[in-house]
Amino acid sequence: MHAENEVHFRDAAAKALLDPQLRANFRRAMDGLIAKRKAQFPDPRDLQDLRDLSTAIRSRSLLCLPELLEQLEASCAKNGIKVHWAETCEQANELILGLLEARGAKTMVKGKSMVSEEMHLNAFLEKHGIEALESDLGEYIIQQDGETPSHIIMPAIHKNKDQIARQFSQKIKDAKYTEDVDELTAMARKVLREKFLNADAGLSGVNFAVAETGTLCLVENEGNGRMSTHVPPIHIAVMGLEKVVARLEDAAPLYSILTRSATGQAVSTYFNLITGPRGEGEKDGPQEVHLVILDNGRSRIYADPQLRATLRCIRCGACMNHCPVYTRVGGHAYEAIYPGPIGKILTPQMEGVGVRHDLIHGSSLCGACGEVCPVEIPIPEILVRLRREATHEDLGSKVAGKGTGRTATEDWAWRLWAGVIKRPGLYRVATWFATRFGKALPANAPLIKNWTQSRTKPVPARRSLSERMRAEGVPHE
Amino acid sequence: MNGTKPKRVYFYGTCLVDLFFPDAGMAGIQLLRRAGVEVVFPDGQTCCGQPAFNCGYFEEARDVARTQVALFPEDLPVILPSGSCAGMMKVHYPELFHGQPDEAKVRAFSARVYELTQFLVDVLDVKLKDLGEPVKVTWHSSCHAVRDLGLKGEPQALIGQLANVELAPLAREYECCGFGGTFAVRHPEISGAMVADKIADATATGASVVLSTDGGCLMNVNGALEAKRSQLKVQHIAEFLWERTRAR
Repeated sequence: MHAENEVHFRDAAAKALLDPQLRANFRRAMDGLIAKRKAQFPDPRDLQDLRDLSTAIRSRSLLCLPELLEQLEASCAKNGIKVHWAETCEQANELILGLLEARGAKTMVKGKSMVSEEMHLNAFLEKHGIEALESDLGEYIIQQDGETPSHIIMPAIHKNKDQIARQFSQKIKDAKYTEDVDELTAMARKVLREKFLNADAGLSGVNFAVAETGTLCLVENEGNGRMSTHVPPIHIAVMGLEKVVARLEDAAPLYSILTRSATGQAVSTYFNLITGPRGEGEKDGPQEVHLVILDNGRSRIYADPQLRATLRCIRCGACMNHCPVYTRVGGHAYEAIYPGPIGKILTPQMEGVGVRHDLIHGSSLCGACGEVCPVEIPIPEILVRLRREATHEDLGSKVAGKGTGRTATEDWAWRLWAGVIKRPGLYRVATWFATRFGKALPANAPLIKNWTQSRTKPVPARRSLSERMRAEGVPHE
Repeated sequence: MNGTKPKRVYFYGTCLVDLFFPDAGMAGIQLLRRAGVEVVFPDGQTCCGQPAFNCGYFEEARDVARTQVALFPEDLPVILPSGSCAGMMKVHYPELFHGQPDEAKVRAFSARVYELTQFLVDVLDVKLKDLGEPVKVTWHSSCHAVRDLGLKGEPQALIGQLANVELAPLAREYECCGFGGTFAVRHPEISGAMVADKIADATATGASVVLSTDGGCLMNVNGALEAKRSQLKVQHIAEFLWERTRAR
């Protein structure tokens, strides 16, 4: 029995692999990002020191997460930021709609926010007659084309310059065709400036929320984050509940490792520290600031001591940049908000391990992700844990959909396998047959045909090592 | 071992070497013996249990692991001609047996596990004399050898000792070849794309042999090369080193 509605990563990935343009775009982009990150960390000891520190900060924050969230709410209140809590995406959407409708807002500009993607906020607001316009250049490009992000920090990375040039010439009013990047950027800028000035509300994500000071930290490169949070009369920030850190000084090392891991920048162009609405006598800034804190399955992940490490993530995207699978299939093939290795562990925990069983197995466990993760999330280990959860419902965990990926065939196969492998006598018989008759196995037999679609069939040696050892008598006991 | 070289070691063949690359196993044993080490090859070896472990079937993996650990009772180093299986036994056995009654015993076993080239370089400090013809080779680093075991250039150092061997590095030396055990059959399209890139990379080096320390990678790369009717061959590093340095 397979879980109902199982999403098949294999099919989507196979389709993506047939698109040479897509593959070239990703490979080129990921190679560039890998090189840039590498240049930022010339000394492996410095990198390890910073990883240790960042991991410790994130772990410590999670250790006292409930207390920090309470403290954050109080500090924000002191600063004039109103905090709202949402357990589900629906609640968060309703909450934001309520805030907008109460103020008669019809248009909203958005800075980049993956949590709002999780909520499908744009579609929800559109249904209620409110325009939500993405102002991050990459997000703007994909929104214009009705797409979702293919990378968590570079949402339009699946498109190259020529594709964007064609798109702009068709979709932006009075635009002329150009492949000049500066001109293309200027086109988007012109549209967006107008929107920033006239929007009724602004929305942003949050990179770190500081509990002690009630500060919302926002990392960005285009200034659109600042415009979205600063110009419209109301600013709504949304964040996952794991984003809190204790003190302002915790944010500094995290910021440093974030920009260096993500885009290979020593610093980003903008680092916004938002501490509340426009003060008395001040001439700019929003009149209201709201912070929506979303759970959406995170507290369930939090409850598990091993899986909790998933929540250390600072959303740098280094794991996908270095992933040999992501690099080849791109972000859309994951059919998930969060693609790549982090998505491979996060999505099944949010949506259910049975529904995403195929995705959990879509990894060679090469470990490149865990190796570069700035907060040392053991992604391969967690993948193995989720594979286990998907096929075992009696482990006492709270994992969503546990046991629903179990199939009688696989179950039986592993039992049979163990039954043979743990009995040297049987194994000896099995290898004897394999060495004598292995050649005779048809290349199109089930499973073997999956192997032989890219390779020749492996042929066992004429005599196994053990057999030769027994015959030739190398000292053995 | 405190710096003194051990006189006796265990050799664990691994299932892929046992069945597909027995010559590599023989060569590994010969390299150890030539370095003055007595090699003990306990009968009853099967598989380290990694396939079941990686798929989340821990009970089955533990059952298998127990039978294997029991074959190596003496306090001797256990040498494997595979980064992946050594990684399983050294790094993942302690996780697999966490909280089990025999955890301490398994941990003591895991502490004795080495990958072959690691042992040849770091413990035995072997010196090789090349007797072979000039040849250009390339090296595929197995992911688990590097990332689980922390190999830091031992295989390359051994190849570097051979005067007539030119080592042409892959452009993406540390990228996975796409094997991944059951991954290769569960996701054959992605795995196939990965190995296609790997053999293109290897071909571009101009080498005539791809060397590795892992049966899985070798089987994968070899299968892809054969399917393309490439002239490029694969060989386990143990076999390559032994063939070039044995007295004729």
